[in-house]
Amino acid sequence: MTELGKYATTVLAAYGASLVLLVGIIVQTVLANARARRELQEHERRG
Amino acid sequence: MSIWEYANPVKFMRISGAILPWVVAGAAICTVAGLVWGFLTPQDYKQGSTVKIIFLHVPAALMAINIWLMMLVTSLIWLVRRHHVSALAAKAAAPVGAVMTLIALITGAIWGQPMWGTWWEWDPRLTSFLILFLFYLGYMALWGAVENPDSAADLTGVLCLVGSVFALLSRYAVNFWNQGLHQGASLSLAPGERMAAVYRYPLYLTMLGFFLLFLALLLIRTRTEIRRRRLAALLARENLA
Amino acid sequence: MKALLIRDLRLATRAGGGFGLALAFFLIVCTLVPFGVGPEGGTLSRIAPGILWVGALLSCLLSLDRIFALDFEDGSLDLLATAPLPLEGAVAIKAFAHWLVTGLPLALSAPVFGLLLHLPGPAYPWLVASLVLGTPALSMLGAFGAAVTVGLRRGGLLLSLLVLPLYVPTLIFGAEAVRRGAAGADPVVPLVFLAAITLATLALAPFAAAAALRVNLR
Repeated sequence: MTELGKYATTVLAAYGASLVLLVGIIVQTVLANARARRELQEHERRG
Repeated sequence: MSIWEYANPVKFMRISGAILPWVVAGAAICTVAGLVWGFLTPQDYKQGSTVKIIFLHVPAALMAINIWLMMLVTSLIWLVRRHHVSALAAKAAAPVGAVMTLIALITGAIWGQPMWGTWWEWDPRLTSFLILFLFYLGYMALWGAVENPDSAADLTGVLCLVGSVFALLSRYAVNFWNQGLHQGASLSLAPGERMAAVYRYPLYLTMLGFFLLFLALLLIRTRTEIRRRRLAALLARENLA
Repeated sequence: MKALLIRDLRLATRAGGGFGLALAFFLIVCTLVPFGVGPEGGTLSRIAPGILWVGALLSCLLSLDRIFALDFEDGSLDLLATAPLPLEGAVAIKAFAHWLVTGLPLALSAPVFGLLLHLPGPAYPWLVASLVLGTPALSMLGAFGAAVTVGLRRGGLLLSLLVLPLYVPTLIFGAEAVRRGAAGADPVVPLVFLAAITLATLALAPFAAAAALRVNLR
């Protein structure tokens, strides 16, 4: 593990906050896409 | 074969589906490797370990601006040539751009606290990013508010054009209003101002990673929008029958 | 064109029109600020230029949705769109009417509110000058925002979200001119920039607003 020195909280907070945001938009994107695909497939199956 | 072939939704779905796994893999590899590499870089003699934040801050800020530019181009294509995929791509890009702007703002604030001694400073660069964020919010709110999809695309397209002019204008107005603390361009090529190679190469990698990440998200989100549009069209046809 | 202008002015001044409302709102803002920041004259005179400009901007915002909403509801906007007068011209006239009933009274009465906020003496002419130069841009950009949101339910809130970021450059140069005037410095440079923004807005925004109106009338 790398040495973070006295700014450890700062660095970790920045990485943490950014990762939360990135993961958030990725999860939202994937879920919305899965939902749209499912609904469309369901509809096309029913005819 | 011209580039406009890709504006056909069916063709877009086929091609984007084919390249999507590669883009996702590239985005994952470059972003994760770049961030880990950046995290393991040695401490800077002045900034200590906070220098590691640059690997998030600079790529996010770069993408925040370029995503707005991309939205401007796709909006223009929609307004001039009426290609639906183009309008949907602009819609799909906006939330990603807003998140990138937010990351740039938050990492900047967290970095500024120990370095400048303040979370927030009304510095030209910071201020114009905040204004950019407001433009993203307004743009997304307008997409959400208009019911007719074609009208929504037209109105947001016009808003994007006007917003671009004023975002640029604000950038220079803000410069006039306050001289800043923010350092100059991080990627300046002038000798002496250039960053050390230890930091530069992981930064290039994360920039590539963030770009690929945006591309992957953009493709997926545009596909989502196309599917939604198709479903809505099918439902409308049924209601007519 | 003149007929449209007179009609709009008459509508605004008659029966429950927004006329006077903007001024009253401006007065309330200038009354509330000292309660918020405390009554010391030194503090107030330092922040007065900013407060006066932000107050004028918000008062202007208040009546924006009325520019097109009523005409959209009773269908006269459709008539305007098919009239021989280009829609761009009609938009400019309506924005001008809005300016005559909000921006101009605000600019002319601003010195009175400046007194309330202990605005330093040398700043008064520059306050009026900057508001006279800047508020036309506010009305014109507001007309664009109103055109974009005209058909929407709950468009008012969205209107402020869309329009306020567009006001940033005007606000910066306008308040800067008053601040420099208050400090005894030369306020001509920000005034020139302010005038440039207003002229560019007056020249270009009618086209964007008319384009948005055509979409909403489709």
